Amino acid sequence: MDAWSRFLDTFFKWELIQRYFPAILDGMAVTIEIAAAVVITGILLGLVLAIVRTFRILPISALIVIFVDMFRALPPLVLVLLVYFGLPNIGINLPSFAVLWIVLSCVLAAFAEEIFWAGILSIPKGQWEAARSTGIGFLNTLAYIVLPQAVRLTVAPITNRTLAITKNTALGMVIGVSEILSQATTGQSFAGNATPLTMGAIAYVILFIPVVVLGRWLETRFRWRRA
Amino acid sequence: MNDDRPPILEVRGLRKSFGHLEVLRGIDLAVLPQELVFIIGPSGSGKSTLLRCCNRLEEPTGGSIRIDGVDLMARSTDINAMRRRIGMVFQSFNLYPHMSALGNVALALRKVLGRKHAEADTLARAALARVGLAEKANAYPAELSGGQQQRVAIARALALGPKIMLFDEPTSALDPELVGSVLKVMRELKAGGMTMLVVSHEMRFARDAADRVIFIDHGVIVEEGTPEQIFSNPGEARTKAFIAEIAR
Repeated sequence: MDAWSRFLDTFFKWELIQRYFPAILDGMAVTIEIAAAVVITGILLGLVLAIVRTFRILPISALIVIFVDMFRALPPLVLVLLVYFGLPNIGINLPSFAVLWIVLSCVLAAFAEEIFWAGILSIPKGQWEAARSTGIGFLNTLAYIVLPQAVRLTVAPITNRTLAITKNTALGMVIGVSEILSQATTGQSFAGNATPLTMGAIAYVILFIPVVVLGRWLETRFRWRRA
Repeated sequence: MNDDRPPILEVRGLRKSFGHLEVLRGIDLAVLPQELVFIIGPSGSGKSTLLRCCNRLEEPTGGSIRIDGVDLMARSTDINAMRRRIGMVFQSFNLYPHMSALGNVALALRKVLGRKHAEADTLARAALARVGLAEKANAYPAELSGGQQQRVAIARALALGPKIMLFDEPTSALDPELVGSVLKVMRELKAGGMTMLVVSHEMRFARDAADRVIFIDHGVIVEEGTPEQIFSNPGEARTKAFIAEIAR
C-alpha cells in the first residue's frame, strides 16, 4: 500500500463515510441547536449587563465586573466539568445539554458585556449632552442615540467572540452531549479509524464558514460614513 | 435695558466648583424676553460652565436659576420638561451621525413632545426650512458642511419651541467661510424675537446684534454694558486688556 492510499484509508475511508454520515448529521443538528441558543442568550445577557452598568450603581457594577472577569479568566472546560459534576452534589441535576448551554452563554455574555461596554464608553459625551439638552431622558438617549452607535462599532469583535464561543460546543463531548465531536469520536473508537473525525472537521467548516461570511457582511452593512 | 417684564432667565449667586477648583464664584444675571446677551471672557473664565448650568448639563454648586419663572434647581421641577424650553447649541454640533438631518430634528419631537411620526417629520421639515436647509432633510451629518451641521443643530433645538436659546461658541469649530451662514441664522432668530444667551468670540456679530455684552473673568462678572461701551470704552482694566488682546 503506498502512502497516498494509506492516507486516504486513514482519513477518507468511503465505507466509513457512508456508515457514519447519519451520526455526524445528527451531531450537526445538536451543535446548531446549542450554538444558536448560546448566541442568543449570551449576546442578550451581555447587552443587558452592559446597559445595567451604564446606571453606574457601584455595588451592581462591581458584581458585573466580578462576573465578567471570572468567566473570562476560567477555561470553559473547567466550568463545564465543575457545573456538570458539581451541581448534582447539591441536589441540582441538569441535563448535559443545559449545562453546556448555560456555561457557554455565561462565557459569551462576559466577553460581550466588555465589548458592548467599551462601545458605549466610546460614544462621545457630546452625544449624551445633545440628547439630554433637548429633554430626552436617560433611557431614550441610551436606546436611540448611544446604543445604535455603540452596537455598530461592536459588530466585528462580537462576531469574533461568538465564533470562538460557539466552537466550544465541542466541549459537550466530555459530558456526553451528542454534538459533532461527540459523534465523531464515538465513530472513531468503534471503527478504529480517523475518518469520522475528518467528517467532524468538515462539518464544523460547513457550519462556521457561513457565520464568518455573515459577520463580514454585517460589518460592511453597519458601517456608516462618519462625520 | 430698563424693562419691567419678568426675565426669561434669572441667575442669582450661581456657584460651581469642580473639586477644589471654583469656576463660578457668584454670578448674577438676568436675560429679558427677546434680548440677545453676549458673554465674552478669556478661556477658562467660566463662561461655558455658566451656560451649561443654565440647563443643568452642569450641576451648580450653589445659587438659583429660574427659567420663565420656574426654579430650575427645585426638586419638584421636571428637568426634562424644562430642557425642551431651553434650546442649546454646542461648539462641536453633536449631531447624531446615524440619523439624517430630519431624524436629528424629529427625534425629540417624538420622544419628548410625543408627536406622531408624520407630525414630527412635518414639524422637523419646518424647522429645517427656518435655517435654510429644507432640501437637506435626508442628508446625513457626514454629508453636510460644518456650517450646515450647525444649522441642523440649531433647527433641532428650535423645533421644540424654546423660550431661550443658549449658544456655546457656535462658530468656533467652523472654517471662516462657513461662519457667516450660522450667524445669519442667529440674526434671523434675533429678528424673530428669540431670547438668546451667546458665548462667542465673534466680536463683529456682538457689536451689531447684541443688546448687552457681559465680560467674565475668573468666575465673576467683571463688567457689563452695551456692545459700544464694552468694546469701545471699557471701564475695567481687565476688560480693556482682553478687548485689546482679541482685537489684534
